[in-house]
Amino acid sequence: MKDNIIQINNLSKRYRIGIKEEMHDSLIGKFFSFLIAPLNNFRRVQKLSKFKGKSSGEDIIWALRDISLNIEPGEIVGIIGSNGAGKSTLLKILSRIVEPTEGSAIIKGRVASLLEIGTGFHKELSGRENIYLNGTILGMKKNEIKDKFEDIVEFSEIGKFIDTPVKRYSSGMYVRLAFAVAAHLEPEILIVDEVLAVGDAAFQKKCLGKMSETAQEGRTVLFVSHNMHTIQDLCNRTILLEDGKVALDGTTSDVIKQYLQPGMINTGESNLTDGFRSRKSPGKLRAKAIRILNEKNEICTIYEINDSLSIELDISHVHENGFAVSFLIFNQQGALIYQVRSQDGNIVTKNLGSTATIRLTIPRLNIIQGRYSIDVWIGNHLDLLEDHVESTISFEVINRGHSKVPLRSIIHEVGKWQILKN
Amino acid sequence: MKNNRPTPTHQVIIRPKTGWELVDWREIKEYKDLIYFLILRDVKSLYKQTVLGFSWAILRPFLKMIVFSVIFGRIAKIPSDGIPYPLFSYAGLVAWEYFANSLKRSSGSLISGSGIFTKVYFPRLILPIVPCIASLVDFTIALSIVFIMMLIYNFAITWTIIYIPILVLLMLITASGLGMWLSALAIQYRDVPYGVEFLVQLLMYAAPVIFPISWLPESLKLYLGIYPMYGVIEGFRSALLHQTPMPWDLIGIGAISASIMFLSGAYYFKKKERIFADVA
Repeated sequence: MKDNIIQINNLSKRYRIGIKEEMHDSLIGKFFSFLIAPLNNFRRVQKLSKFKGKSSGEDIIWALRDISLNIEPGEIVGIIGSNGAGKSTLLKILSRIVEPTEGSAIIKGRVASLLEIGTGFHKELSGRENIYLNGTILGMKKNEIKDKFEDIVEFSEIGKFIDTPVKRYSSGMYVRLAFAVAAHLEPEILIVDEVLAVGDAAFQKKCLGKMSETAQEGRTVLFVSHNMHTIQDLCNRTILLEDGKVALDGTTSDVIKQYLQPGMINTGESNLTDGFRSRKSPGKLRAKAIRILNEKNEICTIYEINDSLSIELDISHVHENGFAVSFLIFNQQGALIYQVRSQDGNIVTKNLGSTATIRLTIPRLNIIQGRYSIDVWIGNHLDLLEDHVESTISFEVINRGHSKVPLRSIIHEVGKWQILKN
Repeated sequence: MKNNRPTPTHQVIIRPKTGWELVDWREIKEYKDLIYFLILRDVKSLYKQTVLGFSWAILRPFLKMIVFSVIFGRIAKIPSDGIPYPLFSYAGLVAWEYFANSLKRSSGSLISGSGIFTKVYFPRLILPIVPCIASLVDFTIALSIVFIMMLIYNFAITWTIIYIPILVLLMLITASGLGMWLSALAIQYRDVPYGVEFLVQLLMYAAPVIFPISWLPESLKLYLGIYPMYGVIEGFRSALLHQTPMPWDLIGIGAISASIMFLSGAYYFKKKERIFADVA
């Protein structure tokens, strides 16, 4: 029997989230609460670290609940799950950044964690100085960095700018330098959070190459990613976390197959409440909810490269003169890859009543794999802005490798608009 | 096949910690390279993009000395043990500025370092200690001016300056001890940095920076020694200007209270350490 390099027993982590402030409807009540505010504030801040044996309550969440796992040396384990499933918390506990509330983990080997790249970079210092600083922060020794220095500089493609303060670097150079240091770590266990999402595509590929090299050297790697393609490429075993628990644990292809089944994750629908971040609403019309659906009309966030995709948008406060909708799709690098306007579709938006649902169907995506997000723009009949919401929802495009058509980075389909009756 | 590397001997058990815990000084020693580069970062970045650069290390105490000489020396006529007031106050200010800078930077070290310790593990105790060591550079530069002033005022430099490192060590222990207490409190209660601003002001007037200890009643002297800066500042004046004997009694009491501050600070820090990343 092989010895486990990481052994996790019933690991749990409890967090206290923000507590609602009391509301006062009288001036006297407000004044009184202002006087005792320091006392209340003190209690609230103190509560951040004290739980008094409470295990539930409206302000307490369990980010992880009873996780038990064994990982053998040399395994490359992918960790997937929707936002808030506990992936990052698990990595933070194994990196010894936060302490578990219950349970234990035994780790046999030197750990390096990459929860972020460029940790500790100081913008006033030069590239050279930051390589040493960042390297030692990540756990390397001074001599080790000295030996690898030339390789790191070469990998980063920074060249003659190595003695320039990093605040003068372009963001691309900054990321490349940070990655170059990280790529030269040689711990026994490597813990990687989703750090590959930054940087240009070519450099990402280079980093992945370096990482799979690392993997072949017999190093144990824990890898969190939203990119199923990367997980499939790198990992032989994958763990699906859901609500802080292990939902699935098995070979990567099995876990991903189950994960991608519609209904497995339910984030393909988003309620656009008024407080939605980055929203501009000069008018009365409101986007209420957005859904993305697959061919079978099921809410779904994961699509294959040549799947069909529909976007449904619920709108309230509709005026009898009608309205105009635009959907804008952006890739991970923030580039606009698709923009359609309902005015170009063959639909009538006049006299619909106060609410309406509009749908756009893209018969074939034919785009490269990656994560995409959708912005919504609603205008009135004169095409003046009523409501604009950024990053309403996102979806994933994966490549299982049986596409016959050439893939593009932008969507070429025009799409079909429909008004759905309520 | 693969895996011809030596079997890992490094084993870590992660579990919730309860109660008090000893400081693992050997582990901190393992991170000496990190400590070195963090100190280097602090020193190199301090005066980046300033015109005067490290001259600020001299200017800050020097300008204060001028103000103090006018207000306290000329106008208030505070005695200075027969030493010219500018020299008297500057000798005290050199030590004080080091202590004040270390204390301020140390107590804010967890807040400013939260971007690092929420992403990577290393012994967190390094953070409040590093600024106390980095401030030594400023201190050394400012100290050199004392010697120039001594030449101007005709004070001979004698062998007693060998006592200075002992006094510096005492300040370093006091500042990092208080720094551990305050930084651990500050990461959770963000009132602390505001309080420290005031505390540092208060501590300066409480220390014999602008007045000599001979100004105070003799009976109070040993109680005052509990505040280590009494022994340190009087010691500085004695070692440099030798108008008064070396106050070993004050230094001894100060050393005991500094050690208590440092050890209690380290234990409090260790106890609070596990929640730093949660509240940061």
